[in-house]
Amino acid sequence: MNRNVSLLLLLLFSISFAVARDLGLKASSIPNDAGKAIQLNWDSIPNPPETHIHLFVVERAKSADGPWTVVANPEPNAVSITDDGSAGGANALLPEKDYYYRLRVEYALAIRHGDSLFVDTSNRVAISSEVAGPVHSVPSWINTKHLVVIFLIVGFFTAILYLTKQAHAGAKFFVRKIAGLAAIDEAIGRATEMGKPVLFVPGTQGIDNIQTIAGMIILTEVSRRTAEYDVPIIVPLNQSFVVPVAEEAVKSGAINAGRPEAYVPDNIRFLSEEQFAFTAGVSGIMLREKPAANLFLGAFFAESLILSEVGFSTGAIQIAGTSNVHQLPFFVVACDYTLIGEEFFAASSYISGDPGLLGTLKGTDWMKIAAMILIVVGSLLETFGVTSFAKLFEM
Amino acid sequence: MKKPFWEVISTLDKRWIFLSVFIVITLPILFPINLPLKASEPVKKFYENIESLPEGSLVMISDDYDPGSKAELYPMTESVMYHIFKKKLRVVIVSLYASSPPMTERALNVMRTLFPNIKEGVDYVNLGYKDGREATIVEMGRALQKAFPTDFRGNPVGNIPIMKGVENYNSFKALISISVGYPGTKEYVQYAQGRFNINLLTGAAAVSVPEYSAYYNAGQIKGMLTGITGAGEYEDLIGRRALAAKATDALSFGHVFIIFLILIGNVAWFTQRHKGASHE
Amino acid sequence: MKRTVPIAILFISGLFMIVQYLVPHYRVNDAAGVIQQWAIIITAAATVLGVANLIRVSLDQALTKKQDWMYKWVILVALVVTAVSGIFWGVEPGTFCNDMIYFNFYTPMASTMYASLAFFIASAAFRAFRVRSWQAWLLALTAVIVMLGRVPFGRLLWGDFPSLVDWIMNVPNTVAQRAILIGAAMGAVSTGLKMIFGIERSWLGGSE
Repeated sequence: MNRNVSLLLLLLFSISFAVARDLGLKASSIPNDAGKAIQLNWDSIPNPPETHIHLFVVERAKSADGPWTVVANPEPNAVSITDDGSAGGANALLPEKDYYYRLRVEYALAIRHGDSLFVDTSNRVAISSEVAGPVHSVPSWINTKHLVVIFLIVGFFTAILYLTKQAHAGAKFFVRKIAGLAAIDEAIGRATEMGKPVLFVPGTQGIDNIQTIAGMIILTEVSRRTAEYDVPIIVPLNQSFVVPVAEEAVKSGAINAGRPEAYVPDNIRFLSEEQFAFTAGVSGIMLREKPAANLFLGAFFAESLILSEVGFSTGAIQIAGTSNVHQLPFFVVACDYTLIGEEFFAASSYISGDPGLLGTLKGTDWMKIAAMILIVVGSLLETFGVTSFAKLFEM
Repeated sequence: MKKPFWEVISTLDKRWIFLSVFIVITLPILFPINLPLKASEPVKKFYENIESLPEGSLVMISDDYDPGSKAELYPMTESVMYHIFKKKLRVVIVSLYASSPPMTERALNVMRTLFPNIKEGVDYVNLGYKDGREATIVEMGRALQKAFPTDFRGNPVGNIPIMKGVENYNSFKALISISVGYPGTKEYVQYAQGRFNINLLTGAAAVSVPEYSAYYNAGQIKGMLTGITGAGEYEDLIGRRALAAKATDALSFGHVFIIFLILIGNVAWFTQRHKGASHE
Repeated sequence: MKRTVPIAILFISGLFMIVQYLVPHYRVNDAAGVIQQWAIIITAAATVLGVANLIRVSLDQALTKKQDWMYKWVILVALVVTAVSGIFWGVEPGTFCNDMIYFNFYTPMASTMYASLAFFIASAAFRAFRVRSWQAWLLALTAVIVMLGRVPFGRLLWGDFPSLVDWIMNVPNTVAQRAILIGAAMGAVSTGLKMIFGIERSWLGGSE
């Protein structure tokens, strides 16, 4: 098409755009957020023939007259963005402050020649949409999407409290025999007979990992029993932060057994935070000191098979427990007993036999039954096209 | 008296097994066979996700592995970077493992020879390592430049052109987590993907694939390189068969050999058990 | 007091992090952000504790010539050389710490340890994979199918092998993984709640 005719069309278009209904720009606060973001929606940006959208920006200002700051450069076919102050180098959005928004589009002339499109950026027409606002982000005090999780946690805790109280009042709870936990006494007995130490590895993660905490709880109980039988316990550690916790756990076990002299500080050994340096160190301890029993209770990764195979080669009895499912096959193959997932977390309650703690075990069982019911009900409802139930649990 | 064959097998010294494994794995690396590779669904999705990004898009790589896992995951780092620079995308690289940044630098050195026009600070930047694990992941979602105030060389990120306007995960079109364990992909799924709705891709060690499959099937991970085999398939897709493709041959032979060991181990056990029963 | 203060700290901070999950308001969010910064700082500072423990134990054994005392000197010399070269000459490419220690010592040694997994897997599979029951048969068959299907050999034997493997990984494997994950997560939540609300106190140490 002739260039001059195209320019005229572009001009006519811009005039019609300016007096026509605006792009439907709407700005609103986002529910369930911190109050630092605003949702913007608009109708599709028109893109007439022989034109090219050279620039498309979303702008924000503190007053309807500006000054305007670019907050986003969306794709020409976009119809929404979330302004959280991150895009386009703009300052962070302040909560509960009024803002105004507008869209700005620059069209350039575009001439199609066969398959190619030639854009003439020397002739551009800039158009701004109507201003939307004032709008301010409203911070939410309750995230309604997470309410279901909170109800479940409250329900969980209520069950634990109720059953703990029942246990203290004398109720007897059945707990099935967990072979791996019952074998800990057998392992310590074997170490006593052979006059060899017990090796306890509480995983390779930090104290912020719940598995390490569970390992420390078991370590206290195991060290009490080893102190009773005068068996040394060696605890190699992979994380610096775990060192004082492990020292305290072993010390308190010895004190509880009435034998504080059984605590040997040099047996709590930080080796290295590097995974395989630690693995090499523990392997060396197993090959040199030949412990009679190896307890691998915590979070493990690739080192699990190396540790358990080296331990097997020394003839030690081995008990492992982790909730890292990817390492379970290796422990099952190479160890005599393996605690899978929640059996490991149940260990502290199981070993101590404390009624209160057994009550918490029961509480976990109740929650599992509740989860099973929810899964079955949800699956059936989804199968029959009822999706509202599953939506309750969407985060 | 000479022991029967199956009795020898059932009591075989494990050092013979170690020697056999060594031979079976080494030969295909020294004499490559180039077995045909066909990309699986997760690998295809990974490739297509990056392939669909427009030129100039900003992506993030989180290199989270140590030298021990280098053999399996470093080829993924190289391949992903190759794909990114081939597509003329821009990349910011972070790490939650202290020992990763030097390996990232090594991969970038390789890329600089393959793509001489790429400029540090403009097309890519290595922000290095930050301690804190999940806390760092969450912090990156709030204010990435606070989580990483300097790059690997100590330059303030505010002065780096590629970091202009980068506030958090929303600035990136994709996040590629190449991880061997903890902290890694699982933590990104738990602490970042849901909260910030990230387009999350992962290069996973083979042992983690069963665990991450649940997240992939749920749509939380959009594409996955499944161990060294997946890395080899990805290399085939991007048109650069390198370290991973070679390793896939060795892996094939290794798997077949282990199946063979399981078979003969069980045959030997059955034979000895039968022998024991018939003597009673 | 010795036990009450830690329990109180754990209760307040644990409860706050649960509340922070429910309350997205920026005041609560910003406070949680500060706490997370503290966590990062404390984790980094704890590295000093570990190094101090390592030096204390190794030095004592090295000086008193206990069992394998010479290896303790290797640990101590390696620690000092790595720390000094990294602190004074940097860790960028081209430095002694990066090129010599990291790439020529540490990387090959760590790779060697990881590579030993291949040998251990083979010996463990040979020794322990005994099909004593029908469940063991099923496990062995599944293992063979997945091992073959995951490598190009499987596709050469049968074109649909990878699809079968994908089904095994996506259906029965995912089911089992999710079941274990849910159980383990509940155990973890239970342990966390027990500690936050002071039901589990053995971690405090001291006498009962």
